[in-house]
Amino acid sequence: MTVIDVFAIANKHRVWLVKLVIHLSAMLPVIYYYYLAINDQLSADPVEAILHFTGIGGFNLLLLTLSVSPASRIFSLHWLVHVRRLLGLYAALYALLHVSSFVLFELQLDLALFIDEIVQRPYITVGMAAFVLITLLAITSWSVLRRKMGRRWQALHNYNYLLTTLVAIHFYWSVKSEIVEPSIYILITFALLCFRWPKFKRGFNRLVRRLRSHNRC
Amino acid sequence: MTYSNKRGFNLKESEVTDEALYRNRRDLLKAMGYMGASMLLAPYSHLAHATNAPNPTFNRQPLSFTGSNRDSINDKLTPEQKVLTHNNFYEFGAQKHQPAELAQRFVVNPWQLKIHGEVEAPITLDYDDLFNRFTIEERIYRLRCVEAWSMVIPWLGFELSDLLRMVKPTSNAKFVRFKTLYDPAQMPGQNNRIVGGGIDYPYREGLRIDEASNSLTILAVGLYGKTLAPQNGAPIRLVVPWKYGFKSIKSIVEIELVEQQPETTWNMLAPNEYGFYANVNPAVDHPRWSQSSERRLTTGGLFSRNRIKTQLFNGYSEQVAHMYKGMDLATYY
Repeated sequence: MTVIDVFAIANKHRVWLVKLVIHLSAMLPVIYYYYLAINDQLSADPVEAILHFTGIGGFNLLLLTLSVSPASRIFSLHWLVHVRRLLGLYAALYALLHVSSFVLFELQLDLALFIDEIVQRPYITVGMAAFVLITLLAITSWSVLRRKMGRRWQALHNYNYLLTTLVAIHFYWSVKSEIVEPSIYILITFALLCFRWPKFKRGFNRLVRRLRSHNRC
Repeated sequence: MTYSNKRGFNLKESEVTDEALYRNRRDLLKAMGYMGASMLLAPYSHLAHATNAPNPTFNRQPLSFTGSNRDSINDKLTPEQKVLTHNNFYEFGAQKHQPAELAQRFVVNPWQLKIHGEVEAPITLDYDDLFNRFTIEERIYRLRCVEAWSMVIPWLGFELSDLLRMVKPTSNAKFVRFKTLYDPAQMPGQNNRIVGGGIDYPYREGLRIDEASNSLTILAVGLYGKTLAPQNGAPIRLVVPWKYGFKSIKSIVEIELVEQQPETTWNMLAPNEYGFYANVNPAVDHPRWSQSSERRLTTGGLFSRNRIKTQLFNGYSEQVAHMYKGMDLATYY
């Protein structure tokens, strides 16, 4: 088998290969970090470390999901779209780990306190809103549901942009004074949303038209 | 050597495990040395968060002390390793694991601590004075961070009131102002917004004179039987156990007695979040953290049940509540 053959095979199975890389690089660190945290080997405060890891990790995956479509257009890699759902699902898994670690390990199942925190702390309110959204998107990512939902599916999944914005705000609000890192994340989020400008414009025009026709009646 | 004293800050009966851990710290350190030698930790070293022995460059000296309230503690001590690796000291990085990594080459000797202002006998202490001019005692205190975690630490130090007596405050002295060393060449956080969290340095703190004179308030020069590590505020730091941790200013170079309430770092940065008083109070929430309960960092991983109710004045009401009689603690938070 020559080098060229190897490339040819890799090219043929590229979606499968990229998916494998995503599985490994999303799952292995999670297992490793939780293993360390459970055995009290992950910093002096394993709870805090786990919350940071799942939070930032989930945000990274969400931003990767959002970069699939611009990247596939810019670099003419149309097959990339086939890995988008997997990235999005891993972002949702990280979000689930983030929230459940918060409830289980930070609040230690004090559910009254959990509800209190959601109501009283704006950064947690925003974070929970984002979590509800990403859960909805994850559930409806199932192909059967997608077909059943038809046009409403896309409408729902456009909330991804709102969701990402909420996560950026959640991160920014959660820090004490070290705003540089969350600021960089906000810039990246903004840049990725800019690629959707034509889409936002179309949606806005549609809304204006609908409002106008409404007024005439 | 231990002796009992009946002052009210004493806590009760210590738990055996950690007492043993404390006494056997030499063995423990040796064991960790072997682990280091066998390279067990090496594969983890690329992980920013993986906890391990801090870079051992800084040499902590054993300290002798005269008394201790150790025989009467009922709170389990936080392991020395956690006290050494979980630090908010933004001069050495805004992430908690960074100070232990970035502070090891910090120079503490020679050191100068200047005490001046509204006093009759201003004085400048040098490094040796910090350990020789006062009676050094061990005090086991709870340390409560505003981020809602807490530790139990065996400090070595002397009462701030001993120092105040020495400089003879005038009747104008109503507040005490503290300042951390400003040395960007040694403290990367003072040189770089990203490392230092964008704080206006030097770090400043303040106490009312009666708070400063309270017998609970100490200037610590050591912990766990040895001099302080730089990440814990070597060579000398403040410890005010009924207030949130950020009041306990580290690596102090200046103490000034003043007439007006001084500006304090976190209060300047976000006055609606960090008050001048910063008394631990379960009834007054921080905008980002409920203060009704806290997580006590001792041993155990993710599954340890360490969330406990927070006590008013961090459990030191008996010694300090009288100073705040008639004050609305929600206004003066």
